[in-house]
Amino acid sequence: MEYSPAELMTIVAARALTDGDVCFVGIGAPSTACNLARLTHAPGITLIYESGTIGARPDVLPLSIGDPELSETALTTVSVPELFSYWLQGGRISVGFLGGAQLDRFGNINSTVIGEYHHPTVRLPGAGGAPEIASACERIFVIMPQSRRSFVPAVDFVTSFGHGKGGDERQRLGLSTAGTRFVFTDLCVMQPQRETKELEVISIHPGVSVEQIVQATGWTVRFADDFGQTPPPSERELTTLRGLLARTAQAAGGGAHEPA
Amino acid sequence: MTRFLPLADAVAQYVHDGDSVAMEGFTHLIPFAAGHEVIRQGKRDLTLIRMTPDLIYDQLIGMGCARKLVFSWGGNPGVGSLHRLRDAVEQSWPQPLELEEHSHAAMASAYAAGASGLPCAIFRGYIGSDLVGKHPHIRFLDCPFTGERLAAVPAIRPNVGFIHAQRADRAGNVFIEGIIGVQKEVALAARQAIVTVEEVVDDLQPPSANSVVLPHWTIAAIVLAPGGARPSYAHGYYRRDNAFYAAWDTIARERETFLAWMREHVFQGAGMTATQGIG
Repeated sequence: MEYSPAELMTIVAARALTDGDVCFVGIGAPSTACNLARLTHAPGITLIYESGTIGARPDVLPLSIGDPELSETALTTVSVPELFSYWLQGGRISVGFLGGAQLDRFGNINSTVIGEYHHPTVRLPGAGGAPEIASACERIFVIMPQSRRSFVPAVDFVTSFGHGKGGDERQRLGLSTAGTRFVFTDLCVMQPQRETKELEVISIHPGVSVEQIVQATGWTVRFADDFGQTPPPSERELTTLRGLLARTAQAAGGGAHEPA
Repeated sequence: MTRFLPLADAVAQYVHDGDSVAMEGFTHLIPFAAGHEVIRQGKRDLTLIRMTPDLIYDQLIGMGCARKLVFSWGGNPGVGSLHRLRDAVEQSWPQPLELEEHSHAAMASAYAAGASGLPCAIFRGYIGSDLVGKHPHIRFLDCPFTGERLAAVPAIRPNVGFIHAQRADRAGNVFIEGIIGVQKEVALAARQAIVTVEEVVDDLQPPSANSVVLPHWTIAAIVLAPGGARPSYAHGYYRRDNAFYAAWDTIARERETFLAWMREHVFQGAGMTATQGIG
């Protein structure tokens, strides 16, 4: 089957989740990947959205973090202070799944401003739950389309701390969690090198060249010695993803003012 | 004693220029009707507090009601930017907007601290984030027992807190269900809590002994405002108008289309014009 780079990015990200994961889900691409995992190989995964919905099983993708579809399908819905205190800060989450506007070579994420903070060129939405998701979850997965503009040597603003300036900076700040563990793009998969924590390519997507990845990365990107080839999407993965997106599009076109 | 008031009277009596005002509702139960009344009455120099400013504060900011914004995520959920917020920050239109920026964990803790009557919230947060140092309200202290370095932010105690809820009984007790966000915390943290409701009923009939109910003596005023959370939603009453959230991106992108929309949908029939609202 033919597929797009965006579809492959989502599918590869979904594959990294397991049936036993408890996942704090960001809206947009992370939510698509997490629900694809739930609908394919990880039916037991627990999806948590920051609106307080724990164990959400949406049939269509939510537009916002607090769509009715989430609370209607969740195992339980708790208050936002409870979610951030007991569940996130309490260390109950295995994977935090984030996106962002900028990512740097050490996996730090910017979702706050492009340019200088007090006089920004572009004011982005800001932190939301991300700073504490990045520190409290056991590990962080990032999903972002790759380009030289967004994959930069150093982010303009560290909204969510990855590996700082590399090495053992997380440990020195008292963090015992893994931080940015995988980055899934439309070209490749990256992970931090064990010692330096600099992101390096571990898997190249089918049909993508090394040169393409170099051109789409704002720093001199390294490739792991044993980097491999990403397996193409299976028919089941593609069919499930497309079904999910088709249901979502159909729901969005329906009457918005129907009674709940 | 809870008072049942028309919306215009509640806003006129409780909201004053220069007040700190929190209008909460985490995607769900956003008190749009109350926000529109604040705009119609031309309130000025407000400190607006809300985790996710959403369309409601995009409208208040664009109409010149706000001097300062306290927030933690300022986008149009699933759609993109809040263009009026961005215009205020990037171009100072219609006036400069001071930002006090947090993370969700910080604001949720700050509301809980406000409801608890504490001066500040303490939590494990902001580690390695550049938000630290940009704002004097993000500080750190050492746990007196373990020595762990923890983040502290001031409690949120707004002059006025607005929430929307499903229903109240005739005594003024309020029932909320679905995504409850920080509804309970902001009502208890605010000096005056105003609740707009879908309906007023003889018997609240909470479905469980653990249902979220705010006793009437915690609330200053109740306003009957059916549909008062649109285009957000009220669980059990109407769904979120996702198509309108998407359409807002076009409406709010330019100042002229924004003002025209506000004139037609917020001011028309209310005896005022958008120009008066801004002036």
